Amino acid sequence: MMEAEDEVTDIQVQDLLGWYEQMFEIRLTEKAAYDLFMSGLVKGTTHLAAGHEAVAVGTSAALRPDDYVWATYRGHHHAMARGLSAQACLAELMSKSTGSCEGKGGSMHLTSASTNMMGSYAIIGSHLPMAAGSAWSALLRKSGQVSVAFFGDGATNIGAFHEAINLAAVWKLPVLFICENNLYMEYTPISSVTAVAHPAADRAHAYSLERIVIDGNDVVKVRDAVAESAERARNGQGPSIIECLTYRHYGHSRTDPAKYRPEGELEEWLIRDPLKIATERILAMGTAQTQIDEVEQRARLRVEEAIQAAKDAPLSPPSEAYTDVWADGGSRWRT
Amino acid sequence: MEDLITYRGAVAEGIAREMRRDPRVVCLGEDIGAAEGVFKTTTGLFAEFGPERIWDTPISEQAIVGAAMGAAMTGMRPVAEIMFSDFLACCWDFIANEMPKVRYMTGGQVTVPMVVRTANGGGLGFGAQHSQAVENWAFAVRGLVVAAPSNPADVIGLMVSAIRSEDPVIFFEHKALFASKGPQPPENHIVPLGQAHIARTGNDITLVGLAWSMPLVLEAAEQLAAAGVSAEVIDLRCLIPLDAATVLASVAKTSRILIVEENPFQGGWGGTLASIVADEGFYDLDAPVKRLAAACVPLPFAAHLEEEVLPSVAQAVSIARSMVEG
Repeated sequence: MMEAEDEVTDIQVQDLLGWYEQMFEIRLTEKAAYDLFMSGLVKGTTHLAAGHEAVAVGTSAALRPDDYVWATYRGHHHAMARGLSAQACLAELMSKSTGSCEGKGGSMHLTSASTNMMGSYAIIGSHLPMAAGSAWSALLRKSGQVSVAFFGDGATNIGAFHEAINLAAVWKLPVLFICENNLYMEYTPISSVTAVAHPAADRAHAYSLERIVIDGNDVVKVRDAVAESAERARNGQGPSIIECLTYRHYGHSRTDPAKYRPEGELEEWLIRDPLKIATERILAMGTAQTQIDEVEQRARLRVEEAIQAAKDAPLSPPSEAYTDVWADGGSRWRT
Repeated sequence: MEDLITYRGAVAEGIAREMRRDPRVVCLGEDIGAAEGVFKTTTGLFAEFGPERIWDTPISEQAIVGAAMGAAMTGMRPVAEIMFSDFLACCWDFIANEMPKVRYMTGGQVTVPMVVRTANGGGLGFGAQHSQAVENWAFAVRGLVVAAPSNPADVIGLMVSAIRSEDPVIFFEHKALFASKGPQPPENHIVPLGQAHIARTGNDITLVGLAWSMPLVLEAAEQLAAAGVSAEVIDLRCLIPLDAATVLASVAKTSRILIVEENPFQGGWGGTLASIVADEGFYDLDAPVKRLAAACVPLPFAAHLEEEVLPSVAQAVSIARSMVEG
């Protein structure tokens, strides 16, 4: 299934344990989001990313702290991988004033601008041109920053995807377009609505880019592929498209039981769960299981505290609705 | 003799003034570089600022506005050109869903200081897909500043304010006004966003115009004066922020108001202004609030048909006289 060569990496066990801890914390936070929704404390909708953790954490591991990241409505993992706390994430889902967007964004718009995680966008493909724009900005400012746009397989069939990649290729922008191919655009298999087998990678040649398909469930492989593309981008060699093969453990959104999946498909992918793959790598490096247990326990405590803190926080006050329309902080549109 | 500048020249001049002052200002759009724009509104910019600050793009309206957004959110001051305002429809997601909302939905974490400039309106016989007045499209979006100057000095003064604004601005340049001339304003000329201009004072009726309809209402006021009717003329200059206070103060004096819009009556910006006057200025009024706007049809190609559906001086004069003379 995987087509990229297995890279020889210089991974230290401490790095891997750190990435595992992040992935584990994201998994627990997604589980908490699900449970809180079921108990009525999270309203609206959520698009959970359990199963996609290695894409977010592996990418983040390859980036500089000041690089820009742009995500989709399925973006809890990307925001957390770039520094958003589980507490700020869950509080936002619960409409609390301590949420990352003060209750005006919600699950689909998590943002951590202080760490250059520039937001989560819920119109398919819209943030790809924006990522090209932050890359253009970095080029103009000669800052050496790279921009990353994460998107799903479904986004590869919308115009903004093609406009952004063409512009990035023509202007040689330092931007990475990272596709999380989880096989389904919402409810429909991506293969049944796309003219090529690999919806992102098979479009790369049309923009004079390399075709890259990797195992998106292996945090090490993601890190290696992103590190290589990021280096090329920083050296003025332009954008890359990286297609990460992965799978979402939940349905598309909260209302989707994912009955369209063939029997046994989920179970097959659970064998290749990113947490499991990382654990196997850690153990293979001679690390004791107790060290993994320790890491898990730390993450578990943090998420439990986050859930409690989010529950205890006050709702955003009604006056919050009238802030932040304009840069002066208010919403005044007339004299 | 006073130095004159054309409206189209004022567009380039306004941008150039800010580019000289602020190295963060960059321009992108189709054919804006060496070609200097299809309407010659970027004349001289490429020669003065070069390819590092004036960027030609592919025909990709979503990429143009989206990339401008990404740059604006990360420290630049981009000025994006959408060649014809009709083409805003090609990047409407960015105009209606992205630019105006990201500040709000991130809880104020990001700002989007950018300008989208576009050639708006009819009068040149370009047909239904290159002639619409679509300022009401932008007016319907929460979170956009909307500017639409009527003369060269305002083009420069509002352009400077738009580029300096921390908020996203849609800047409507009018195709039929590009060749018009006016006084060249001094360096450091600034027109604040959201401040209407009383272009002519009068006592009997208030005429409100914007961009293309300003020459129309000024001519109407001239003809009304000849008929003994004293009209006050207000140039809104911006739709958002909407300077309703200036309009209400004028109505308090004249007791009558006629709003003249180029966009169609159906969904036109004058509907909102009329509702404000009807509500907050009701006890000042001696006549119903009136609107004169384009007919609710697509813009036809033929000159005589285009003329047929757009508001005219004669119509404005006739409506105003009937309101004053009863």
